[in-house]
Amino acid sequence: MSLEWFLLLGAALIGIGVWGALSQMSIVMLMMGLELMLNGVLLSVVAFWYYVAPDSAKGQVFAIIVMTLMAVEAALGFAIVIAVYRGKMLDTVDGAGDLKG
Amino acid sequence: MSMEIVVFVVLALAAMVSGWLVFRVDSMARATFSLLGSFLAVACLMLLLASEFLFAITFLMMIGEMVIMVLYMIAFMMNPAGLNPMNMVHQPRWAAAAGIVTFLVLASVILVTDWPVSEANPPADVTAAIGHELLGGSMLIFETAGVTLLTGMIAVMAMAARRGRFGDAIQVQREDDDGGGHDHGGHH
Repeated sequence: MSLEWFLLLGAALIGIGVWGALSQMSIVMLMMGLELMLNGVLLSVVAFWYYVAPDSAKGQVFAIIVMTLMAVEAALGFAIVIAVYRGKMLDTVDGAGDLKG
Repeated sequence: MSMEIVVFVVLALAAMVSGWLVFRVDSMARATFSLLGSFLAVACLMLLLASEFLFAITFLMMIGEMVIMVLYMIAFMMNPAGLNPMNMVHQPRWAAAAGIVTFLVLASVILVTDWPVSEANPPADVTAAIGHELLGGSMLIFETAGVTLLTGMIAVMAMAARRGRFGDAIQVQREDDDGGGHDHGGHH
């Protein structure tokens, strides 16, 4: 078992997350795609720590920061969903295209 | 084939399949719990990487986060129990192509690069090492993350408040009124 196995799994999770984030119409499902991508990133960070620089704990601190970002991004995303819903009574990305073009 | 490889393959398949199922099941609650399954599989994989502390906090945080997300999914989506087949996608082919291209680009970079794999071993007590690092050299990062979380919470409350983020400063046209029909931000 080597570094490449973990990184390939992380890349697969990122690919699945990209597919989900681009294909879903609902904002909440799009956020689940973003969470999956961050899941892949989190696994990759811990794998890098273990195989490339295991002697200090800084890689683990990086992983904790990634997890913090995951939580903040989810919370802000849900607040945006609520704000968009209150303004326009919809929860899909297709309807929220006021600033497009 | 050693036990570690078997465990890795099982957990990797669990993570990928449950991640894929998030966007395939009809029920929103099942999609959220499938995402939770993907996170828990990745958390268990961290045990293979000598990261017990990260395993524990990922497990706890993701369970809490997904349980709250279930509430939002059920509130915002029209098909929470999956009783009707649902297909709310747009540009499905482009999205699948983008996902596959992303994976192929990342995989080619991963396989081509010569990673500087180190011979060192992780510290004997990784959790203690994390503690010393967080409250020692990485204290600034720790504090900044805390302030970022606080900012995030304030931003969330400002955006989600019923009176909106401008408070009484502007008059906002709304579909729903909170009884009585009186308007906010009246004439001062």
